[in-house]
Amino acid sequence: MARVKAIGREIIGLFVEDVWFTVALAVWVAVVAAARPWWQAAQPLGAVALFVGFALILADSVVRAARRD
Amino acid sequence: MIAIGHSGPALLASFLASSVECVEALTVVLAVAAVRGWRPALIGAGLAGALLAMLVAILGAGLGLIPLASLQTAIGILLLLFGMRWLRKAILRAGGIIARRDEAANYTSETGALQSVPARTRGWDAIGIATSFNAVTLEGIEVVFIVIAVGAAGGALLAATAGALAAAALVAAMGLVLHRPLARVPENALKFVVGVMLASFGTFWIGEGYGIAWPDGDLSMLWLIAGYLAVALLCVAAVRRIRGRAAPAPVG
Repeated sequence: MARVKAIGREIIGLFVEDVWFTVALAVWVAVVAAARPWWQAAQPLGAVALFVGFALILADSVVRAARRD
Repeated sequence: MIAIGHSGPALLASFLASSVECVEALTVVLAVAAVRGWRPALIGAGLAGALLAMLVAILGAGLGLIPLASLQTAIGILLLLFGMRWLRKAILRAGGIIARRDEAANYTSETGALQSVPARTRGWDAIGIATSFNAVTLEGIEVVFIVIAVGAAGGALLAATAGALAAAALVAAMGLVLHRPLARVPENALKFVVGVMLASFGTFWIGEGYGIAWPDGDLSMLWLIAGYLAVALLCVAAVRRIRGRAAPAPVG
């Protein structure tokens, strides 16, 4: 059982280190999907929104971490 | 068309990412070899290699049954999360916020731990085999994920597999020749580059899955790589500035 838990932790750890960072990225993925009717009519708005959102989340996360530590 | 357009980046991303993981696994395998002999080290690593190859074959075949749009979105999200985790860590390491990985220190720690357990003079050395097997399996799972994710969504599974095998062969050869951990490999720089590439792959595949019309088609991948690289470098500069205000930066 302990071995299964360790493997599970290892697999989750591949994708999650800072929980809020991961949640923010996942939320942005969902927001862009939900907003499809708006950006589909105005391409390449979807592409720009996807990249800019992820880039801002990354920048915010590292700046917060730098200030915290 | 997609396979040809993505084979080069898939091979490169897989090679670089696998190099990092192989260097980490090699440190433990060499520690086992130094303390308990080459036999358990190589048996453990070989068994893990066989298990990982089986995983790639099973998962690679299974992914072909999933509809392309769903596959692209799901793999895109996983690649994005994986790549962003590496990139965030590499930025914080480059900015001096978290410590860099030290293979020489890890090697010393592993050999110390292994020396504390008496070695068997006859039969199978279960401790040595298990240590080597665990290290190669744990680091290899990341390689398997990268190969599957980078290769499957773009139809470049062979290129991604070739990249990973080339990295494993190169690192193993260097380990056998040098007989010591590869402490001089610029691990953080590699993670930085791979993080940028995987985040770009992930963003591209999420967009493909959503039906986004990328401005330059497959070439948009290059724009994404350039964009993430620029953002990441700006982040390193910002983190260093914040750290510089808080405390003097370490020398070296």
